[in-house]
Amino acid sequence: MEAKLDPASWSLRTARNPSFVAGSVLSDMASADERIVVLTADLEYSNGTHDFREVWPERFFNVGIAEHNMMTVAAGMAAVGLVPYVSTFASFAALVCAEQIRTDLAYPGMKVRILAHHSGFSLGYYGTSHHATEDVGMLRPIAGLSIVAPCDASSLDQCLRQTVDIDGPVYIRIGRGRDADVYGADGAGAIAGAAAAWRFGSITRLRAGTDLTVLAYGATVAPTLEAAIEASRTGRVSVGVADVHTLKPLDTEAIVALARSSPLGLLVAEEHNIVGGLGSAVADCLMTAGLGGPLHRLGVPDEYVPVGPPTHLYRHYALDSEGISAEIARIAARG
Amino acid sequence: MTDPARLAERAGFIRRETVRLIDIAKTGHYSSVFSAAEIIAALYYDVMRLRRGEPDWPERDRLVLSKGHVAVGVYPVLADWDFIPAEVLDGYTRLGNPLGDHPNMRDIPGIDFSSGSLGHGLSVGLGMALAARLRGLTQVRVFVLLGDGELHEGQNWEAAMAAAHFRASGLCAVLDRNHYSLDGDTEDVLALEPLRDKWRSFGWEVTEVDGHDAAAVAKALSAAVAGAATPGPPQIVIADTIKGKGVTFMEESRDWHLGWLAPADRDRVLAELTAGSARPDAQDA
Repeated sequence: MEAKLDPASWSLRTARNPSFVAGSVLSDMASADERIVVLTADLEYSNGTHDFREVWPERFFNVGIAEHNMMTVAAGMAAVGLVPYVSTFASFAALVCAEQIRTDLAYPGMKVRILAHHSGFSLGYYGTSHHATEDVGMLRPIAGLSIVAPCDASSLDQCLRQTVDIDGPVYIRIGRGRDADVYGADGAGAIAGAAAAWRFGSITRLRAGTDLTVLAYGATVAPTLEAAIEASRTGRVSVGVADVHTLKPLDTEAIVALARSSPLGLLVAEEHNIVGGLGSAVADCLMTAGLGGPLHRLGVPDEYVPVGPPTHLYRHYALDSEGISAEIARIAARG
Repeated sequence: MTDPARLAERAGFIRRETVRLIDIAKTGHYSSVFSAAEIIAALYYDVMRLRRGEPDWPERDRLVLSKGHVAVGVYPVLADWDFIPAEVLDGYTRLGNPLGDHPNMRDIPGIDFSSGSLGHGLSVGLGMALAARLRGLTQVRVFVLLGDGELHEGQNWEAAMAAAHFRASGLCAVLDRNHYSLDGDTEDVLALEPLRDKWRSFGWEVTEVDGHDAAAVAKALSAAVAGAATPGPPQIVIADTIKGKGVTFMEESRDWHLGWLAPADRDRVLAELTAGSARPDAQDA
């Protein structure tokens, strides 16, 4: 007997997370590219890959709750010429499977693409086991692995199409599926033509500024744009915004150029531990270039994220537009 | 046609070459190769579809060395198949040479997948078998050489479940059941038995064979797996073996998982191996 449900009720199997477009984009790509297969570890409804399964059931493999096996099966598939996309929570992809990513994907140079979704603390009150605030730091030293963090549906679409043929594995760090539109037609605050400007391997300058430049990726890009617009509206400081979606290989030349042209320095805003993330990578590249900063940081201050709804946690860590605005104001006030 | 004398001779060749190569490195896995010598001989000289000098032939059978430390016994076979130049063997493990204790597929033609971390190979083989089926390479069979100690790794059992679920009929594992891992008897370290029942309960078809009867191993492997054309249960051949087989003091002491033989002992071992492989029936003595 069918239950009578309150219209507000919802279930994971029927709900749609609008920016989880990987399943449908890959489904589209697969019609012209028979190498593409998709694997998941009992999360096809969490990450939308059932969109792919419905069209290409014979090219979809749900391996159950067995992430190690999923990574290495994908490696074996790649060794016989397929291009597998594996999908699971970022915490399980990077932390559970670090060894498989290093030894089975990156070391032998397998063309496996990892859809690491619900990254950062976007799973909020599900707790630390489900957070990935260490993944970028853990994976950056793995030679031969590319790391890219598209911030919305349009850039995820671009990312999937642009990286299908690059050598070696790609870790694609994506959010919780309800990501603010930055690059799409309705992308509030994005500079004109930004979607076309999204290029794997380069930073994308979303907004020019003459005093300070904020480097963001993933969930911090949209609030950073809002904060930069607010800063210019109040006329106190001119803030540029760069989406550093490609975390490896890092576009160090462009970052050094931005540092040289930003008298108030760079501000890195990331949904990641400040240890080992983009801020650390930028510090490396500035010092190597002989620049001393200033380099400002917003992120998780080397601690475990408390329980809370994601939007509350972004506010807690000053990674929402108000928090980033406040940090910009502090930097401007210090001069 | 299977040639038992030829396979026994090739197993002897694998053991002697292993002694020669480890003498260059000054440390290596003698006894882990010696237990698997007849399995390697059966695969390369009877069972697998390969083409001399063509390690990248797309329709070749694949072999994943899940117990990657057996590689020193496989490298001489790769040279014998003209996959790598024979002189490369002479620089085994030396800086600039591609041959290490664990194999690197990027630098060594004929190695179908890099290995070293135990417990990964069955997943690799499953991926290969599924990919071969999808790509229409239905003649391709995928063999995975498993050590018994590595069955402690949980990933094997994830792969075992998945292989049965996806009916990966093109996948055949061969288990070198030499009863020893580094710290001792597997049944003392962490008991594996009953292995046959475990694999059967996971949906695999199990064949048991004397792992030092190369012809019997070859027959079991050839019968086990026909290819991926028709989905069905995956196969495992459990080869009962003796760690250090062929060298009396290694068989008796079980202390030779890793080590080096100084010249006098090396010569003694080579003499015993030469005498053993000259009389194939002595393998069963």
